[in-house]
Formats: sequence, structure tokens, C-alpha cells
Amino acid sequence: MAYVELRDVTKLFGEVRAVDKLNLSIEKGECFSFLGPSGCGKTTTLRMVAGFEDLDEGEIEVGGKIISSKAKNFYIPPENRGFGMVFQAFAVWPHMTVYDNVAFPLKIKRMPRAEIEERTKQALANTNLTKQAQLYPNDLSGGEKQRIALARALSINPGLLLLDEPLSNLDPHLREEMRFEIKDLQRKYDFSIIFVTHDQSEAMALSNRIMVMRDGKTMQIDTPLNIYAKPKNQFVFSFIGLSNFIKVKLDGGRAIIESAPSAGALSAEIPAEFAAAGKATLACRPSEVNFVPDGEGVKGVISRMAYLGEIVDYIVKIGDQEIRVQKGRREPRLDVGQSCDVAFPGVVWYE
Amino acid sequence: MTSAGGKKFGMAEFIFLLSVLILVVIVALPVILIFWTSFIVDGHLNMKAVMDTIMQEETFQALKMSIMIAACVTVTCTFVGTLFAWLVTRTDLPFKETMKVLFTVPFMLPAFIGALAWKMLLSPRAGYINQLWMAITGTRSALFNIYGFWGIVIIETMYLFPFVFIQVSGALERMDPTLEESARISGAGLFTITRKITIPLIMPAVVAGALLVCLYSLSHFGTPAILGTEVGIYTIPTMIYELIHQSAGSFTAIRAATVLSVVLVLSAAIILYAQNRVIKSGRFQIIAGKSVRPTVLKLRGLRMPLFILCCVYLLITVVMPTVTIFLVGFLNTYGLPLALENMSWENYRYVLFEWKLTKDAIWNSAYLSLSAAFVTMIAGGIISYVLVKLKVRGKWFLEFLGMLPFSLPGTVIALGVILTWSGRFGVNLYNTAWIIFVAYIARYMAFSLKSNSAALEQVHDSLVEASRASGATPWQSLRDVVIPLIRPGMVAAFFLIFLPALRELTTSVLLYGPTTRTIGVAIYTLNEDGETVYACALAGIALLLIVGGEILIKRFFEKKRRVDNGGA
Repeated sequence: MAYVELRDVTKLFGEVRAVDKLNLSIEKGECFSFLGPSGCGKTTTLRMVAGFEDLDEGEIEVGGKIISSKAKNFYIPPENRGFGMVFQAFAVWPHMTVYDNVAFPLKIKRMPRAEIEERTKQALANTNLTKQAQLYPNDLSGGEKQRIALARALSINPGLLLLDEPLSNLDPHLREEMRFEIKDLQRKYDFSIIFVTHDQSEAMALSNRIMVMRDGKTMQIDTPLNIYAKPKNQFVFSFIGLSNFIKVKLDGGRAIIESAPSAGALSAEIPAEFAAAGKATLACRPSEVNFVPDGEGVKGVISRMAYLGEIVDYIVKIGDQEIRVQKGRREPRLDVGQSCDVAFPGVVWYE
Repeated sequence: MTSAGGKKFGMAEFIFLLSVLILVVIVALPVILIFWTSFIVDGHLNMKAVMDTIMQEETFQALKMSIMIAACVTVTCTFVGTLFAWLVTRTDLPFKETMKVLFTVPFMLPAFIGALAWKMLLSPRAGYINQLWMAITGTRSALFNIYGFWGIVIIETMYLFPFVFIQVSGALERMDPTLEESARISGAGLFTITRKITIPLIMPAVVAGALLVCLYSLSHFGTPAILGTEVGIYTIPTMIYELIHQSAGSFTAIRAATVLSVVLVLSAAIILYAQNRVIKSGRFQIIAGKSVRPTVLKLRGLRMPLFILCCVYLLITVVMPTVTIFLVGFLNTYGLPLALENMSWENYRYVLFEWKLTKDAIWNSAYLSLSAAFVTMIAGGIISYVLVKLKVRGKWFLEFLGMLPFSLPGTVIALGVILTWSGRFGVNLYNTAWIIFVAYIARYMAFSLKSNSAALEQVHDSLVEASRASGATPWQSLRDVVIPLIRPGMVAAFFLIFLPALRELTTSVLLYGPTTRTIGVAIYTLNEDGETVYACALAGIALLLIVGGEILIKRFFEKKRRVDNGGA
């Protein structure tokens, strides 16, 4: 039995189906990411789990208990769900000290004073905030504020931690640090995490599984590895990294680029299910395009080239088709205007 | 800013000195003379004389009354303003958006016109409500006597609470909702959140609004003059008015007035200092990162009762007084029942087209507020430019002078210009429109400085540098880059001055001569002389002008903002 279950969860904003029949289950101790562009419904879904939004269809279950149900018109208010939550804009209270911020959820629960002190100190120690305990949040940096929010969310030892883009207001190196910190704390306390983000690398680094969303619908739920290597559709493919899409015609076992029929055939095995349709779209990453000796690939011309330090970025024109290619700086370099042959060893086939 | 090295007196120095000169002559000199007159007797500093004046029975009573009224009004406004602000921002009150606009309407109505209306409704014998009450109950005692302490407090509360309302509803709207949501997910219920999170966070806004009310009430002339003087209640501004008017130039009276003014200036300075401290306390940066709708409290059973309360409140503070003013303006004689056969357009016609006194008043108010607004807009623009953009030696002195206008109540300015422009320096403007013009510039300089500085701070230095790099001279940069960019701020300053000046009473009532009444003064003196129907007719016309003006300007700025946002 999964720890968190969403069944047919739906949210309407007027006519718009902001979240459309979402089904998913999250295991105890799992870190699960909602990944998608802004407006895809990921934050709305999280807010439904937190209890800030009612449902228009479906139900949500956590730890074997129904917490939201449209059919029964039953909603546990957010304050009684016992989750921890960290918001994008920190949301630490400026009129309380760091200590009071973190102790707040414990005080609300009317715990014994000694226990409040012990737990608060532990939470502050876990997030390296012991020294700042008596300061006010506005004297602290963004990273420290977000650690306060994290300490506060974890002080009650929740079974489920909700993270609403908690890293997007931080500097890149702070982001990385926080990521490790969250991961460490999770290992230590074994809570489940739902992590909302629009940054694919963040989702990859932190999660056990990722759900990619678009327009309120699930596009794919899978491990980071599979999401990257086997994207289910073009949207997931393009959202997860730099990408080339090539429309091809399939004729007699040969795949020919639609906009450049004279450039030659792509040496790729055509999966049986596409051969009949006569056409397909190939997707590949810029790093998975190779320059090959004359006659072994498709003919193209280098139209742009830029050094990006460790890698060199090319645009290759094949007829009207532009292909982006990235190669390491140590590989032989090509110049603008030079003609070349390219091969596509790692393509994914889409309709 | 100067281009050539070694040039000692460039454009920067010139406009710096010009700014200092404007502020010294218009603002500093009157204040210095007030302090000089009250503290220096026969060439010596005389603290004992100052204390004697303060301890004199009638001045002391006026001081005490002013403080008590200001304190009560501050408390009631804070309560009323915060309650309504919370209702329109955080609950499911019906027609919230409309209500929010309606609650700022009392701001447009001059308090002294409100006082006039309420005098006609609730004066013990003749008040329409009291008469109705006596007719219904058959008693001979009034329902409520508007004259006196509580009458003043109630009327001032009605028209000053928007100060708090606007501040607090703004704070509640801008506040990051996740601050409250994170308390909620931590396990706190709505009541705990309100007590521990929301109220502490909006406290600075509440205090800032309350201090504005306090400051305004302390220096407000109209309401206590209409509702207090008749029963022997004086506040600092009405006492100063009495001293100046009764004593026709007696030095003792003028000195007593200056001592009261000093008290007023010092209290204003203290209040503004406190307000600055509250606003600057950086602990309360609570502005939302991204816009999520705040949690709305469902009022359930209280929804309709609270909605009705709001409607009744607006009916009482806005509708009843305005309707009364217009109806009485139609009456042939004051005291007749409000029936159609007793009414005509006669008063309005007479006031607008025939009576020299009221025609003069409208004309005076119109050209005085227009010209003062224009001159103050330009002067404030120049001074702000020095304050915000220029690096010149001795700027601290201008910064100090620039703070002065903010802490000068209207009464003090009037007294100061009387002392300055009554021939002491070879110029005698007393009894001319010029003295009101000079006083208006001093009184509204603060608005112009605020608006212009805000606009100038938005113009980043690099914009001017880019223009200089493109080959423009400092003057050309100013003309082609800076001024076009701050034009909206200047226009805002103009209207911020023009509209209040149009309805001004506190300052001009001390400065008017036989032919230089303003609209406010004319309404006030007509009421004093028992010409109630004419006072009401003129007040009705004034209300139309004011409200019409406010609506036009709001439209103008809203459209402008929409265009700006669309372009961005």
C-alpha cells in the first residue's frame, strides 16, 4: 500500500481543467517530483494535497486515511494534516526570531516545554542554524531563510514534506547545497517528499521518481533515468533537455529527411510499427549527433559555431533542417561553411 | 554634473542655491518667526513667558481638548479602519471590490462640510433627526446633541478613518499569503493565525495610519470650529483663530497664538518621527513574491449582518450628509420643513451667478489652487532634483529644509506667513490673495516633494549617462530624458495639490480679507452668519466640483496605468 494516493484528482478554475484526473501513488520515504512548465497544474496539485484547495473530483489518501474527498465532501483542514511545507518565497515570519519560527508548530501542538526546546534545537542543528537562533530572519541571507523554513517544516517530524519550488529563489551554488541538505535529512528521518519544480535538473538530482505534467495532465511518471533516456512523447523529450526534432519520410527501409531529400538516408533501424505509416519524427540530443567520415552520414554544412568552454556548439544545416550538435572541446573542430557528414546513433522515434 | 573642471559655479550650484532660497523664503522664514515671536520677548529668551501662556486657563484648556480629541479620534479611526479593511480584503463579504472603493469616498468629502451637514441633522433643537425623534417619541429632549466633545470625535472619525483603511487594506493585500499558509500547515487555526501572524505583521501599517489620523486631527480646524466653538470648546487651531481674529493685531494675542503653534509644530514633528521609525523598521518586508489568493474567511451567518453594517455605515457617513447639504440648499428659508413646496433652485442660482461674495469665493479658490498647484509642482520638481540627483556641497542643509514642510500644520503656516508678509520685510501682502497663494505653496510643498522625488528615484542615473554619452549636454539630457520620464510624477503632484487646495479652509480662514474669501471660508462664514441655506448651496456646488474632479483624475490615472502596463 502506497503512502500517498491520488485518485482521479481534478481541479477546475472556471472552464479550465487545471488538474485533470490525476492518479499516482508515492511510497513511504520516496522523493517524488512534479515537473512541468508554469501553469501545468503542479502547484495546484500540491496545494490540494496540503489542503489549501478543495477538489472538484477524486480523492486523496495519506497513510491509509482519506484526507480529501469530493464524493464525501470531506476535507481535513490544512492545520490538522500534520505535513511540513516549504514555500517558494520562504514565508518565514519576520516578527519572530529564528528560534520562534521553528518552535511555532510545536507550540501550536502544546507540547511540553522541554520537548519543544529539545526538538527545536535538534531541527536548528540539522539545518546548521544553531548560531543564528536568536536573530531575526531579515538579518539573514536567502539561503538561511530557506533553511529556517525547512527546519520549521521538519520540527514536527512530518510523514510527508511538501516543497513548492523551494530552491528557485536561491543562488545556483546555494541551490545545490540545499539539495544535498534535503536529501541528507530525508535519509535520516525517512519522510516522503513531494517536490514541485520547473527545473528538470533539480528534479533529476533529488527524486526517486518524476511526474512530468502538461496542461493538468500526466505526461509520464518514471525514474529520472528513464525520463531522460526514454521520454514517452515529444513534449517530455523537449522539456527534459536540449533537443532536435527531425521529420523523416520512410521509403523502402530508408529514412530520408523531409526537407532535404537529396542529403542521403539516415542509417538507422526503422522500428516495425513506423514502417507502415511512411513517416515519423526522430528526436535526439545535441550530444548524440556525431560527425563521421565522408560518405558515412547525411550531408550538411556548418552554419554557426560557438565555443562554450568545455563544449563546442554547432548548428548544422541539412537542406532546410537545422540540427544542433554539441561536441567536447578536445574533438576535431569544424569551421563555419565547412561541409560535413553527420550520423544519428541515438534517436528516439515518435509519430 | 559639471562638465568643465575648475568651474566653480555651474548649473548644479545655481539650482542648489535656488532651491535653498525657495525653501528659506517660503517655509523656513515663517517657522523661524513663529519660534522667535514665542520665545523671544524684548530681545531676550523668555521661557517663563512661554510657560505662562501655556498655563493660562483658556490656552491650557484648548491644548488639553486638542489632545483628548486627537487621542479619541485616533483610537476610533484605528478600530473602524482596521475592521473595514479586514472585511473587504480577507472575508467573503458581498460586493467586496465595490465596497473597497466606497470606503474611500469619505476621504473626498471635506470634514467641515460633513460637520455642517451633521449640525443640521443633530443640533439639539433644529436638527432634522432630533426633530423627528421628538415628534415620534413626544419628548422634548434631543436624541443626540452633536455640539461638544463627542460630536467632534464622531464627525472626525467618519471622515478621517480612510487614512487607516487605505494603509491597512493595502498591507493586507500586499502581504504574502504563504506567511499565513505556512502557519496553517504548521497546525495553527484561523484565530491563532490572526493573533500571532496577521496582526503583528500589519501592525506597522495600522500604526502609520493611526499616526496620520492623529496628526490630521490635531491640526484640523473645520469640525471643532463648527461643532465646538458654539459651546465654548476650543482646540489649538480654533484657539489660534480666535486669538488672531478677536485681537486685531494685539501683540499678546499674537504671541499666545505663536506659542500654541510651536506646540503644534513640535507634536507634528514627534508624530512624523515616530511614523518614520515605524515604516523604516525593516523587519516587516512582507510583500508577496508571487500572487496567490489569500485564504478568505467564510463569514457564514455573520455575512449579511456585517454587509448591512457596512451599508448603514456608508449611508450615514456619505449619503445622509450629502443629501442633507443639497436639500437644505434648495430650501427657501432655513427652518422650513424639507418639503417640495419649500424648495427652489433660487439659492444655487444666487450663489453661482449673482452674489459677489460667493462668486468671488469660487473664482478665488479656482485660480489660487490652480496657480499654487502649478508653481509648487515646478518648485518641488527643482528641489527634488537637487535632493535626489545632484551631488553638491551643503546638500544636508537642503535635506533638512526639505523635511520642514512635512511637519507644518495649516494653521501654523497661516500664522507664519502673517508674521512674514505683513510688512516686516517691506512687503505687505496682508488682506490680498497673494498671502494665501504664498501660504498654499508652503502648505503643499510636502506633497510636491514626495511625488517628484519618488518619480526621480525611478530614473536611474545610467539613463542620463547614456544620454550624455550620446552627446547631449546636461540641459539637453534634462529636457529630453529626465523631464519626460518624471512627467507623470509631476502631474500627480499637481493634482495632489490642486484638489485639496480647492476645498481648503484651515489656512485660508486665518488669511482671508474682504474680497479674498475662498470657497471653504465662504461656506464657513456664511454658516457662522446664519446664512445656512446659502452655505449649503455653496457647499453642494463645492461637493460637485470636488467629487467630479476626483473621479476625472482617477479615470485619467487608471487609464494611464493600464496603458503603461500594457506597454511593459
